[in-house]
Formats: sequence, C-alpha cells, structure tokens
Amino acid sequence: MPVHLTRDLDNLHRSLMTMCTMVEELIHDSVNMLEVPDQEQARKLAERDREIDEYDVRIEEECLKILALHQPVAIDLRRITTVMKISGELERIADLAVHIAERSCSLGNNPKMQVPKKVQEMAKHAVTMIRESIDAYVNLDTALARKVCREDDIVDDLNRQLIRTLSLQMSKSPELVDPSLHLFSATRHIERVADHATNIAEDVIYLVEGEIVRHRSPLD
Amino acid sequence: MNLNPSENLIDTATENLPGPAVSEKPGSPELATKIETRDLNFFYGPMQALFGISIKIAERSVTALIGPSGCGKSTFLRTINRMNDIIEGTRITGTVYLENESIYDPQVDVVELRKKVGMVFQKSNPFPKTIFDNVAYGPRVTGIKNKNELEEIVERSLKQSAIWDEVKDRLNSSALALSGGQQQRLCIARTLATNPEVILMDEPASALDPGSTSRIEDLIYKLKQEYTIVIVTHNMQQAARVSDSTAFFYQGELIEFGLTETLFRSPREKKTEDYITGRFG
Repeated sequence: MPVHLTRDLDNLHRSLMTMCTMVEELIHDSVNMLEVPDQEQARKLAERDREIDEYDVRIEEECLKILALHQPVAIDLRRITTVMKISGELERIADLAVHIAERSCSLGNNPKMQVPKKVQEMAKHAVTMIRESIDAYVNLDTALARKVCREDDIVDDLNRQLIRTLSLQMSKSPELVDPSLHLFSATRHIERVADHATNIAEDVIYLVEGEIVRHRSPLD
Repeated sequence: MNLNPSENLIDTATENLPGPAVSEKPGSPELATKIETRDLNFFYGPMQALFGISIKIAERSVTALIGPSGCGKSTFLRTINRMNDIIEGTRITGTVYLENESIYDPQVDVVELRKKVGMVFQKSNPFPKTIFDNVAYGPRVTGIKNKNELEEIVERSLKQSAIWDEVKDRLNSSALALSGGQQQRLCIARTLATNPEVILMDEPASALDPGSTSRIEDLIYKLKQEYTIVIVTHNMQQAARVSDSTAFFYQGELIEFGLTETLFRSPREKKTEDYITGRFG
C-alpha cells in the first residue's frame, strides 16, 4: 500500500476517533441533563458542539484531499466515503444532543411534572447504540453493526410508549401540557439519535461487505 | 518481446467497408458474446503462462485486462488474434471463439483472422511513409488500387480515430513527423482502415502525456459504438475510466472478471482488492 495513502488514512482515522469521543461524551452529558437540568451546562454543550462542527468540516476536507490525490478504489474508496458519512452522522447527533439539553432546561419546575423512567431507558439505549456503532466501525464488526440496527426497534417502541404516556398526562393535567411538549420533543430527538447510530451501523456494513443495505433490512 | 515483424499481418484490409452498427446500450449485459475462451492454457516452452482461462467478452464493449507484470494479460490478449503463433516453442490448449468460429482450428486463415482482429501496440509504430500511405497500406495490400476509394478509406479512418482535423492538410508529410500521441492515433486509423471487428490494444497510452492519453481514451469510448475493444493497461484509473468490464489476471490465472464499476468499488476477491489498492504488485 502506498505510504502516502497509509499516512493520510491514519490521520483521517485519528481525526474521526477524536470526533467520536467528543460526540459520545456530549450525548452522554446531554441525556443526563434530563434528570438534572442545568442552563450553564447547556450553554457549554453548545460550545462543544461548535468544536464538533469544526471536526466535521476538517474530516470532509481530509477526505476530499485523499480522493483528489490518491483516487482510491475498493476498500480504500469505501473507507473514505464511509468516514465522510459517519462524520456527518456524528455532527447531527451532536446537534441533537444540544437540542435535548435545551429541552431539558425548558421542563420547568412544576413538582407534578415527572420525567418517566422510560426516558432514561430510551436514552441509555440510544447512547449504547452510538457506542456500539462506533465499535463496529473500529473493529469492522458487521455482527455488532447488525445488532445496532435491531436495537433501533427497541428505541422506536419506547418512543411510542412515551408518546402515549405523555398524551395521557397532557389530557389529565392541562397545566403540564407545556413541559410535556418539551419532553415530547426531547424523546423525539433521542429517537433521531438512535436513527443516526443505525445509519452509522449501515455504513459499517457497506464498508466491510460492499453492499448498500440502507432502505432495506440490513438483517437479511 | 518484439512483435513488429508480424505487423503487416494485422494491417491488411478487406475490400468491404460496411457502415457502423451502433448499439443503444454499448457494453450492457444483453449484448451478444463476441469473444469467448474456454479452458485456455498457454505455454512458452516448458513454462505455462495461462491456466484454464474461460471468459466471455461482449460485443461493442471495452474490456480492460489488468494485473502485475508477467501475469499473462498480454499473452492472453495475443491469443485472440494468434499473435503468439509467431513465437517459437509456444503451445496452446483450449478454445478461443470469435463469434462462433474456433480461431485455432486448422482450417482458419490466420491472415483473415487478423483482418478481423486488429491490434494497437504500446509504442506507436508508423511506417516511415506518408500519413496517407500509412493508412492506405492495409487496403492496398488487399488489392484496392482505386485512388478515390483509398482516399475515402483514409479519410474515414482518420476521422474515426479523431486525428483528421490535425492532419488533413499534410497527408503527404511523413508520419514520423507527428507527435507521439498523433502517431498512436494514426496507428489506430491504420488498424481501422482494414475494417476489423475487434481491436486489441496493448497499453496504447502508456507512453503518452495526459492530454494525448485523454484523446486516446475519448477515442476508445467512441470506437466501442462499433467495435469490440480489449485493452491491456497498467494504469488502474485508465481501466476504471474507459472499460465496461475488467478482468484481473494474476500468475497466469483469471482471478476476477466483472463489471468495472463493481470490480473497482467492491471486488469479490481479496487478491483483486490487494492489487487495485496498491497493496501488492
């Protein structure tokens, strides 16, 4: 393998790994805020998100440079396109983490407003899916990637249950409509986070197997 | 290996020059098979150079043969017009079909075969004659003497090989005064003048600058509307750009053969992947 390409791919891998770590920490801190809202913390999260945005741009530039200079094919080509896509997914996850933090700060302090336990359960699943999808990328583990795709159904199911719970809560206690709507948005964001983790897992399957499994069951 | 002595054989011409048959979908899978080999083995004396090659090449498509030096791709290319016959001590087993004709059958006229299967070499090799005489050489050998007819063939061939505009005012100048890229297109015109069905190209652009290479590649794209083209190239990007199908040879074996876009994106075989990504060879 040409030494210049190896060097550029190594650098790219390091940049993506740094971005992964930053995003994992961001989403972790963000879902914790659903239990302990903190305005100051939410502001700091938005700052960290901007740093992640810069990484996204930097990684895309590195990928474009490699495409232009090395014209990679086969596994190297799939690696570059996968990294570009994963970087985009991570950037979106970071945005959603900021939105979740903002929603948590809007829940207010009505003592009657209880955050259902299923919210944390759902968030935990989504965060695990991100970690596993990144692990699948690092280890080129398609079995783990397929597991992530399956877990998305669990998150979707929890989201549906939470929508029912919140609807009921709003119809019973009109004074809770406002915070419930904020929580409803937060759970939708968590559900989207899980979708992005699924996209990363599907990209990993493409990277390893060369088959695009998006928009059809990757479990086939 | 010097193959020049045999050149005349492939530059001879036919008298009939039928019009082009253009496919709407050149290179698509529904095209008929033009060349087929079955369990082809080739030997240079005691050394076996090709091992059981079976392949089907579609008409009016471009097929690239890739692989490291000594992998047998040029040997394979030369089996298609029996150019290897002129090398002493060689032996072949298996079958090569051009459409339905087995080209190694004893009754096959090799000269006739090489009219149908023209060849362009790595190093452009115009005769030390005028541009006109280079292109008219093949038709003249087969007995065309009529000046108008020859002029028509020369003009058509030079136009087809995208060099007419550059040379039309100096057809009587020496071909050796042309640039490398122009000489190569002239050699393609010389091959086309004999009205072949198949054009074999052995690294036709490896000695050319990017501009001339690009013109040859554009020409290949245009020519496949009418001809079946098989090209040996060491330039991976060139194979990816110009061909519909790609065959990867390694140590005399055909490792993988498939649509170019698939082979360069997701090759089936590890060896193919390692070669095209530069991990060996």
